[in-house]
Amino acid sequence: MSDTTSSRWNKLAHSRGERLARAAGLASGRIVSADNIVPLLEAVIEPGDRLCIEGNNQKQADFLARSLVRTDPAKLRDLHLVQSVLALPEHIDLIERGQVSRIDFSFSGPQAARLARLVESKKITIGAIHTYLELFARYFVDLTPRVALIAAQMADREGNLYTGPNTEDTPAIVEATAFKGGIVIAQVNQIVDKLPRVDIPADWVNFVVQAPTPHYIEPLFTRDPALITEIQVLMGMIAIKGLYAEYGVRRLNHGIGFDTAAIELLLPTYAADLGLKGKICTHWALNPHPTLIPAIEAGFVESVHCFGSEVGMERYTAARPDIFFVGADGTMRSNRAFSQAAGHYACDLFIGSTLQIDLQGNSSTATKGRIAGFGGAPNMGADARGRRHASPAWLRAGREGRGNIAMPRGQKLVVQTVETFREHMQPTFVERLDAWALAETANMELPPVMIYGEDLTHIITEEGIANLLLCRTAEEREQAIRGVAGYTPVGMARDKRLVENLRDRGIIRRPEDLGIRKSDATRDLLAARSIKDLVHASGGLYEPPRQFRNW
Amino acid sequence: MTGRRISYFEASARQRLSGLVDEKSFSEFCPPELRKTSPHLARLDAPLAFDDGVVVGRATLAGHKIFIAAQEGRFNGGAVGEVHGAKIRGLLDKALLEKPAAVLLLVDSGGVRLHEANAGLIAISEIMRAVLRVQAAGIPVFALVGGSCGAFGGMGIVTRLCAEVVMSEQGRLALSGPEVIETVKGVEEFDSRDRALVWRVTGGKLRRALGEATMLVDDLIPAFRDASIDLIAKYKTYPLAPASLETLLAEHARLTARSERFATARDGREIWQATFVDAARVPELSVDEFNRQLGEQV
Amino acid sequence: MEQFTLTLPSKAPQPSAVHTVLCGVVSSGNLEVLVEPLAARDTCEIVVNTSAHGFRDIWQAVLTDFAERHAVGGLRLSLNDAGATPAVVSLRLDQAFEMCVGDRA
Repeated sequence: MSDTTSSRWNKLAHSRGERLARAAGLASGRIVSADNIVPLLEAVIEPGDRLCIEGNNQKQADFLARSLVRTDPAKLRDLHLVQSVLALPEHIDLIERGQVSRIDFSFSGPQAARLARLVESKKITIGAIHTYLELFARYFVDLTPRVALIAAQMADREGNLYTGPNTEDTPAIVEATAFKGGIVIAQVNQIVDKLPRVDIPADWVNFVVQAPTPHYIEPLFTRDPALITEIQVLMGMIAIKGLYAEYGVRRLNHGIGFDTAAIELLLPTYAADLGLKGKICTHWALNPHPTLIPAIEAGFVESVHCFGSEVGMERYTAARPDIFFVGADGTMRSNRAFSQAAGHYACDLFIGSTLQIDLQGNSSTATKGRIAGFGGAPNMGADARGRRHASPAWLRAGREGRGNIAMPRGQKLVVQTVETFREHMQPTFVERLDAWALAETANMELPPVMIYGEDLTHIITEEGIANLLLCRTAEEREQAIRGVAGYTPVGMARDKRLVENLRDRGIIRRPEDLGIRKSDATRDLLAARSIKDLVHASGGLYEPPRQFRNW
Repeated sequence: MTGRRISYFEASARQRLSGLVDEKSFSEFCPPELRKTSPHLARLDAPLAFDDGVVVGRATLAGHKIFIAAQEGRFNGGAVGEVHGAKIRGLLDKALLEKPAAVLLLVDSGGVRLHEANAGLIAISEIMRAVLRVQAAGIPVFALVGGSCGAFGGMGIVTRLCAEVVMSEQGRLALSGPEVIETVKGVEEFDSRDRALVWRVTGGKLRRALGEATMLVDDLIPAFRDASIDLIAKYKTYPLAPASLETLLAEHARLTARSERFATARDGREIWQATFVDAARVPELSVDEFNRQLGEQV
Repeated sequence: MEQFTLTLPSKAPQPSAVHTVLCGVVSSGNLEVLVEPLAARDTCEIVVNTSAHGFRDIWQAVLTDFAERHAVGGLRLSLNDAGATPAVVSLRLDQAFEMCVGDRA
């Protein structure tokens, strides 16, 4: 402590010192035994603290979460949870035990119904629901965690951490916490003599505990090719020919789902036959999707930076260090914050799916009775106004979308790909999003919109592709949407003459306009049609998790 | 297109049949336009199929006359109802008159169509008797098993009655379905969601190793076609002889010895350990490599 | 099951004979389409048997559009449907038509 620093300016470090003093005797160096974890948490966490329990999209500090639920509610109360995902039942249990007064998060899909009930019965206050990058940013401004409970694969005896392929959010969480007087507690699968590499230096970590079982990782991005339908193949063909080839899309992000998995599996076959290898889909901000394996093996892909890893892809990514971001130790590293930033600024296209789209092109996955949040999609699916560097796709989209404006700009291609009807004949296209109803019951200031119509440039359905960039008026835009909304009530209410005119102008393009024969849309076009095919394509390097294997 | 494979597993009954037989050689008996649909499903107000989920008819295979039936596994799980069963039984009866080189049954079925209750049970037992009658007359019946439903229940029995059983690794052959076993006996006895276990116990490789399947082929329509052609040639050279007392007793002895040898086995792994050099690698082996290693056991 | 029949005006497809074809499988979310010749060459008759109730308007729109984009006169189409979406129905109809018109003896 510097002599010139008075206690007026040193409160955080002083408090940290007190907390660490309370924990003295519970640790040997930085290492804490699993038996001592509950007393440790009670010693270092104070009422009113901002607490981050590493609940990422995939990796979970599950042992620490379970341990929290065993703490004394009289001691650990009034907590402010700030974390990416409310993923585990224990996260909600903590709230139900009355230990949490406020939450700020990004995604809560796995606990969406429970969270909605808590909000409705006013048992919790939501500060705000963010996107991942937005939340990470606030860690460095006004939502810095005081205590962070994180998950890492290994620690050495000094407390250095190896987070490996599933590094994910950890660097962002730890840096903010460690450098603002906070305390970092890490659960690890193993304590070893020497780490493969150091992802988080021991200086930034206060305590390490070896968890009784390895931390849970969700295989979120594995899609069984056996479940891809002909309609999804058709829409994938439309995306590749009508969009990727058209704009020359080389740098992109795919949102999660079967629609994009179909596109990935059409690259080595359909796209290759169109002569597109090397011209599209070369650089990715993407998790290591197993369905991208055939495209990588076929030479389509130059680089993939990952938000996290994917269970079963560890050996494959390690064996493709020219493609993935692999350390000198030979294993991959991911970084959600940087991948999100890449999706914003270094990708020319985002394409994803959604549950509902309205007449302005706003899309939402919100449904009544479930508070699921946003995750990262809004970062990918938004025009990036801070971008300055040009690319052909970005410039062309900008010319199409902003032709009349005096100052020319580029624009990111933001695409939603949806079937007009979902299961049980639920229309995707609606006059009014369910998000409005959810906002009312959950007392939200704004309806939760995943992708704003203003940012949306194209919609793909089985009926074709609507180019919203070329629409000059709100009415044209609405009719363009109705024109691809098929036989939904929204689609049936189209102005037929206007829609025909939009088709003449190329604003709506049907499969036949793109030279696509619908009868060609069969599963035969997929480069892999089963998980086993993916394993073969990877030369045996891909090791699918148990639930995806039948051998 | 690059890398396209003609998967048997993925194909519909009609696609499998048409890919298997000589081009344009197939003529269908009781075609869909006759609308011989299930009166039972109609009474239950359930969706009907014009062919009641099975295609039957006459064709040639490498020039040899064959009769062929292909079950559509995606219609009611390929289950056998009254009309469906009658079409297969009728095909077998007709074979006695026309004496094709072989009858091919493309089995893809969970067994009896429960909706049709006794009518379905009777239909399958009629098929069993018809298979035995046809083979007693010297016409071999080949069961081809490689679809998503496999050959279960009564159709599992029918399959084993056939002179030859050709399976792919994706195919399964058994009696009770995995979910049924788990429901009745508990998950500790059999975890039906452990798909790798299900295939280790009922799948093509295991069945081939135990001898219930006589051939293991790749999941490709041409592979099933080539296997069928080879089998026809085999029976041209060595015609199917009616089962004599000696052959039946020998088969009993073989089965007894096998059941004693594997009396405590609960998992295909234990069968692999007894029959292959590296048991752990068996699920990963290609079909060619599997067959080669198995052949070395003899 | 709901059943209804649509009779739609259309031009004849080809001068030569129409082959009976069956396209598709009756599984959940899917349908089969049987195409047969019809005596009246300027009409198309479509018989729909569907397990999904209350969507007659949508069927009417889908089938009318199908009859407009192909020359389906002289054809009778019979559908067994187990809850397919309009996307799947349109695709299957197009496939059935192509099989029928493209498939010459």
